[in-house]
Amino acid sequence: MKIKNLSVSFVIIMAAWLLLNWSFKAEIIVVGLVLSLLLSLLFCSKCQLFSEIKLTPKAFFYTLIYIFVFLIELIKANIDVTKRILSPTLPINPGVVKVETTLNSKMARLILANSITLTPGTFTIEIHENALYIHWIDVKYSDVNQATEILVRKFETYLKEIYD
Amino acid sequence: MSPDIFKEGFRMEIIQYLGGALLIMGSLSLLIASIGLIRMPDVYNRVQTGTKASTLGAILSFLGIGLLSIENWSESNWIGRVIILIIFIIITNPVSSHILMRAAYVMKIPFTKDTKVDKLKEDIDNKVLEEPKDE
Amino acid sequence: MIKYLILIAVVILLMSLLGGLYRFFKGPSLVDKVVAFDSITVNSLVLIGVMALLTGRAIYFDVAIVYGLLSFLGVIVVARYIQGGL
Repeated sequence: MKIKNLSVSFVIIMAAWLLLNWSFKAEIIVVGLVLSLLLSLLFCSKCQLFSEIKLTPKAFFYTLIYIFVFLIELIKANIDVTKRILSPTLPINPGVVKVETTLNSKMARLILANSITLTPGTFTIEIHENALYIHWIDVKYSDVNQATEILVRKFETYLKEIYD
Repeated sequence: MSPDIFKEGFRMEIIQYLGGALLIMGSLSLLIASIGLIRMPDVYNRVQTGTKASTLGAILSFLGIGLLSIENWSESNWIGRVIILIIFIIITNPVSSHILMRAAYVMKIPFTKDTKVDKLKEDIDNKVLEEPKDE
Repeated sequence: MIKYLILIAVVILLMSLLGGLYRFFKGPSLVDKVVAFDSITVNSLVLIGVMALLTGRAIYFDVAIVYGLLSFLGVIVVARYIQGGL
């Protein structure tokens, strides 16, 4: 598992280096290889963050689908919040609801919470065991099951394919 | 390195108009976020609109800037820096706004009167979990 | 023509910067001010990007990257301070 952590962080740092430099000369590539090896040894020799990533074609395919679904949700939620802000009566209906997730791996939960936070209108405040506490700008259902169905299900089906 | 980014070339011009449209859409989205920052009644809704409606705005604006700079792509590295900035905004924005919201909850800033339910408060009162504090 | 599009975008960005400044000076609590600061930062990042475009120098993007990093760090530090962990 340690090799996997190191190699994933190495690839990420190397990709960032190549993006910042944007050239494929020999000296730049050699410096980048040395630097990213050193940095990943220094900072990721004990980390467990990337050990849950699966490096299979199926996971890669579902990651692409997930990004697509997430972008569509982001745009839809933005249009919804824009309507609420610009309407003169300010039709907001906020509250904190509780939803439950069935995901087990830490990385998948991190991505789920961050996706919920990034879509405007919903916002993760606290995670405790299986429960996520979400500030919702327009509370439609305060029941746990119905709120889970609306807020979590659309992301969770794809994350399950990627990480479980 | 001339400031003259407005040259001939039909295909480039179309891409530049597309970039300009993206830039305008992004900055309108940022403007709406700041209107929301002014109008919303309590701090939680301000975080909702202020910092997160601005995510899509910043992404669209930087995509527009990347497309508008198409004539200078051969001189130096535009597109790589734009991609790095967009990825950076996507990674850091939810983290900083989440920790702000949590700080507001720890400070016990009151919700607005329209707030319907607060399950977190109910669960803290029922001792399902202890109050969020600094770890 | 494209120049005018960019100028319109700059005007819109300056207007939204004004909204952030209003909340920064008015904001009743400390968290409001930090939220306003965050919003001002994102607007300034886009303005720096437009600046790089108008002058034709990609080096200004590095300024934007470092500014974004520092503002992220600043927001985290203030939030930790509010929670009492600093």
